[in-house]
Amino acid sequence: MSLPVRVGTLLFAFLAVVGGAIFVVIHFLLSGPPTVDYSAGVTPDQGHVVNVVMQEDAQNTVSNHPDWVSYFIQDPKTKQWVHTTLFKVPAGSTVHMTIYGYDGCTPLRNPVWGKVSGTIGNVEYINGTPTPVLDSWDSCSVAHTFRIPGIGLNVPVASPTSLTANNNLCGTSPCDPNAAKGAATYGPHTTVTFSFKTPMTPGSYFWQCMVPCGLGYLDGFGGPMQTLGFMTGEMEVVG
Amino acid sequence: MAETTQVPQAGPGEPSHGRRIFLIAIVLGIVADLLLWFVLGPHLPPGTMTNSAAENQRAIKLMAVMSAPVVVLVVTYFVYAMVVWRHREGDDEDGPPIHGNTRIQTSWIVGTTVVVLGLAVYGTAALWTANGAGAGEGPAPIFNPPGAKLTVAQQKAPWSPGQVLVVQVIGQQWRFTYRYPQFGSFETTELVLPVGTEVQFDVTSLDVIHSFWAYQLGVKADANPGVDNVAYAKPAQTGTFTVRCAELCGLWHGAMFNYGQVVTVSQFQTWASAKTIALASITRILNKCMPYNTTYDPTNFPANCRGRVLLQLGLTGSGGGFYNTGDPVQP
Repeated sequence: MSLPVRVGTLLFAFLAVVGGAIFVVIHFLLSGPPTVDYSAGVTPDQGHVVNVVMQEDAQNTVSNHPDWVSYFIQDPKTKQWVHTTLFKVPAGSTVHMTIYGYDGCTPLRNPVWGKVSGTIGNVEYINGTPTPVLDSWDSCSVAHTFRIPGIGLNVPVASPTSLTANNNLCGTSPCDPNAAKGAATYGPHTTVTFSFKTPMTPGSYFWQCMVPCGLGYLDGFGGPMQTLGFMTGEMEVVG
Repeated sequence: MAETTQVPQAGPGEPSHGRRIFLIAIVLGIVADLLLWFVLGPHLPPGTMTNSAAENQRAIKLMAVMSAPVVVLVVTYFVYAMVVWRHREGDDEDGPPIHGNTRIQTSWIVGTTVVVLGLAVYGTAALWTANGAGAGEGPAPIFNPPGAKLTVAQQKAPWSPGQVLVVQVIGQQWRFTYRYPQFGSFETTELVLPVGTEVQFDVTSLDVIHSFWAYQLGVKADANPGVDNVAYAKPAQTGTFTVRCAELCGLWHGAMFNYGQVVTVSQFQTWASAKTIALASITRILNKCMPYNTTYDPTNFPANCRGRVLLQLGLTGSGGGFYNTGDPVQP
């Protein structure tokens, strides 16, 4: 083998290895769901109010895991639903959260997570009705939970309660709260609202669902339960 | 039997190197031990917040004090050899051959045997006096304090100061919750303990394997689903301590921690009373559907908690299961 061929082969192999490493870093390590920014143009202010809107669907038809249950977050500017679980809020603000619950009921592993805590008044509003606690074992009432342990927040997200509703869930995501009956994005759902204060300390606060909704996975806590962009995410508090 | 030969004697004018090394090592070893015991020792983990933690710290100090002279002897010999027996110009002669020494070998075997057996006795005594020294002892602990509560009926009997306090630690992805059976079995994410009181931790899990590691309390016990792992500690001082999960348990394992508090007995009673009232609504549900027990199986609801629609949907327990054979990944 001539010298130029040997040098060329060596160079090609080197570039292939470097290229492979760059691909791995960009594709696997640096990629992830987008962050929905609720803090744009906002300065830290104790009285500031942010309205965060989310929905949880029994499935998602927008990813390569269509059978995985998933949250979506609404972009405050475009009002489009984004398939992500990362959002950014200002420090020291009051968050008014709205979650549309499109998934059917699934009992909690531990009933203790049926208690609302960490919200203003330790209460959530289910279709406008103040509710401090839900019994997910005795009734078809809880689909998922929204819990940020770093600030002591725990909110069971209510599900449609009837057998008919649970058998006719929205089948195309993201579901549309304004969709007409019969539309693909229509489905029975609950509207859950609550408010909480964000910490004064900037940082990343993870949140998760406490319902074992990773069906087919060990203890129901694999798959979507351990994947950012589905049933767990982060609230980034910025100063 | 080791072959015994004549130990080469030092030549005329040659100092006794062994004695020199030994004396230097003894002096340095004593200095190192004093520093370890009195200066560094009080700061060694996990501190002295409980009797278990103090026993752990004492064991670490003891091991350090025993090891230090050995390290010092090795290093002294090493440095002495490099300085005194370094190669000199023109000196190419080998040292005398050595083929064993019965006295040294006997001393070594007897010495190490005494040390190992002594440590075994010390360790057993420490486990005995500190009621397991904070380690998880399983569902039938060997080392128990007086008044330990090993049955559900004993654990649910109302608590009064001076009695063993039972705290059930429940691991779940990704949070520890704490249940107080002597106070109506309320369950909370807060861990508060009274000072000067023997605490019995009954550690279990609702899903995968976790590990309850209350660092400053000197307590570490695996949280296994379907297993009641008992550990004891008696807080000796008030303050804050850290609880971490010490078993890799999934995506947010690193975030599975909280802080606990040791408070005075009266503060504890006030806190427990307040919690009993504040959590009454969820405690009612817990006591009906997940009554206090040493372990739980959330995949199988009690009959009186199976909601009509849930049954119509075919749900008689929460999802998942304990290592269900249908799960794609088996541990």
